[in-house]
Amino acid sequence: MSGSPPDRRWLRASASFPAPVIAEIHRAADEGVYDIRGFGAKRPLPTFDDLLLLGASMSRYPLEGYREKCETAVTIGARFARRPLELAIPITIAGMSFGALGANAKRAIGEAASAMGTSTTTGDGGMSPEEREASKLLVYQVLPSRYGLDPDHLRACDAIEVVVGQGAKPGGGGMLLGQKITERIAGMRDLPVGIDQRSACRHPDWTGPDDLEIKIHELREITDWELPIYVKVGAARVGYDVALAVKAGADAVVVDGMQGGTAATQDVFIEHAGVPTLPAVRQAVEALQELDMHRKVQLIVSGGIRHGADAAKALALGADAVSIGTASLIALGCNRADYVEDYHALGTEPGYCHHCHTGRCPVGITTQDADLEARLDPEQGARRLRNYLTTMVLELQTLARACGKSHVLNLEPEDLAAVTVEAAAMAKVPLAGTDWIPGGSRE
Amino acid sequence: MSGARAPVEFDLAVGDTRSLNRSLHDAAPDGGAPPRWRIRNPGGRHALCVGMDAEAALEVFGHVGYYCGGMNQAAHIVIHGNAGPGVAENMMSGSVRVKGDASQSAGASGRGGLLVIEGNASARCGISMKGIDIVVAGSVGHMSAFMAQAGHLVVCGDAGADLGDSIYEAVLFVRGSVGSLGADCIEKEMTDGHVERLGGLLAAAGVEADARSFRRYGSARRLYHFHVDRADEY
Ligand SMILES: Cc1cc2nc3c(=O)[nH]c(=O)nc-3n(C[C@H](O)[C@H](O)[C@H](O)COP(=O)(O)O)c2cc1C
Ligand code: SF4
Repeated sequence: MSGSPPDRRWLRASASFPAPVIAEIHRAADEGVYDIRGFGAKRPLPTFDDLLLLGASMSRYPLEGYREKCETAVTIGARFARRPLELAIPITIAGMSFGALGANAKRAIGEAASAMGTSTTTGDGGMSPEEREASKLLVYQVLPSRYGLDPDHLRACDAIEVVVGQGAKPGGGGMLLGQKITERIAGMRDLPVGIDQRSACRHPDWTGPDDLEIKIHELREITDWELPIYVKVGAARVGYDVALAVKAGADAVVVDGMQGGTAATQDVFIEHAGVPTLPAVRQAVEALQELDMHRKVQLIVSGGIRHGADAAKALALGADAVSIGTASLIALGCNRADYVEDYHALGTEPGYCHHCHTGRCPVGITTQDADLEARLDPEQGARRLRNYLTTMVLELQTLARACGKSHVLNLEPEDLAAVTVEAAAMAKVPLAGTDWIPGGSRE
Repeated sequence: MSGARAPVEFDLAVGDTRSLNRSLHDAAPDGGAPPRWRIRNPGGRHALCVGMDAEAALEVFGHVGYYCGGMNQAAHIVIHGNAGPGVAENMMSGSVRVKGDASQSAGASGRGGLLVIEGNASARCGISMKGIDIVVAGSVGHMSAFMAQAGHLVVCGDAGADLGDSIYEAVLFVRGSVGSLGADCIEKEMTDGHVERLGGLLAAAGVEADARSFRRYGSARRLYHFHVDRADEY
């Protein structure tokens, strides 16, 4: 028997046990604990890529690209709040905790969002002064962990978001591994330094929609009915959750699809729980329409939004705005081919990194390490994120104008066709080239 | 003498929750003397006296619903009756005293101040507490001090099952029996320092009990880091 390598033509990979599955079983056998990581789902899923905008034709007039206006402003939270949020663009920055992100990243995000006239959001760790200072419009999250929850911050924010769940982990609590719990972060969360922090998955003082209604009432009383109150849910039983959030008195509902990013969650959770963003939007819109609340309670959609086309399709399905997490970090420099040797030290490459949980972010975004953080210049980061958001808006307007819309919110399901049967069924728009909607037509 | 101000009477049989809270938030301090309020006919209403952020002395005569005194800062609130779920939730400072019994999640996620319950408290008393001190003259229900991060929970009666489950650095003192201890919660030595600290808390709460008759519980700190051999406890 010779020891020479085999003829590769005869090597047949298993479809059930491809190389990454084998590697994961080996890792689990070595470590005896699930894999925790950042980023969102990596598996292929039906997405907005499976929908197309039809554009104008003989019966639909397009608008002139550079001459005719295509408005982008949206108002969020006019149902009950005395001071609804006026956003210049229908793209917001999603909640990402100070702790998961460093202070420079928070500042860059705040400055870019403010320059664009949109909002940014705190996260599971409270409000940092850098963030409040940099953000003209700041949404303050009230999470199950209640880390750093402070009535002064409630009064100082521009909207409140009660987080019931997240798309990356509907039903799961937060995680922040010990390497990121520095003295400052520990102080803000009232936790010991350096521990692996598991935060709660349920709120400590309410369970169920009837309680939530009372909780929202309390938050309104504390803030004298000034501020919009959002409810954020991870996409799971979307129709019920949206209807119950409306019943509980939300001004806006945030639906985060299963592709939604995270700073640290079990891989099995990221990949195997929840509903993709595409069907979630349609289900949420239907729930609002059934209650005659569409456009009265705003729908903000997140989870895998990458460019203006995704935003256009989400709006066409009936969302009022989209929200981005991962894409905003990528704009700041996440997965950029700088400091390549540090990606290697984490066992990854630029383009594949999902190592936010380690606190060793090679580009200084999801870290609390002063040396790494110094790699992110907040000004340059803000500039990049602003450029990216500007591009997204231009893309969104280009597509909306091509569909003949003078406001991006005028996009509608009738502007869409699906390229797969699955997407047609999930979005309830016809399969391209047919008038067939699997499972029945949209009302 | 700055002199105590005459109490303002507010009747919830006439005014509603919104007008009460608005009046409380708008009340301007008057020459240094904190305002005093007497609130009648609460009728189990929710969210009474929430979001106080200045010194004031509030007395509520009757039973209150959810979240009375929620997120209190600096005010001193006395409830002459029973309190619904989440009384003094996320309190920052000041005090809340319940003369009767309290429902679930009393003092949830509180970050400071003193909550005194002269009767019993139901399940999850002190859940997620982050620095608040809670003194219960009676007993507490199951899962009390769940994920308790900081502060003190003093129980003069008994504690229900799973006390201090997944506790961090909060300190628990119980005089009576404990149904069972939750994951990672253990009995710890009661040193002279702890007796003194407990004595101070009892005195502040105006509850008579011999600090030496209590046992102390806290975190074994075994769940502070993910570890393969502790998977059963997560
Ligand atoms: C680094 C990071 C930290 C996050 N932290 C929070 C958080 O504290 N609270 C929360 O509700 N969602 C959190 N999320 C989820 C986002 O709010 C949002 O739902 C998600 O990122 C949207 O999907 P996308 O990343 O594909 O845009 C986080 C996401 C990332 C990427
Ligand atoms: S580059 Fe940084 S932000 Fe991006 S995935 Fe890696 S660790 Fe996370």
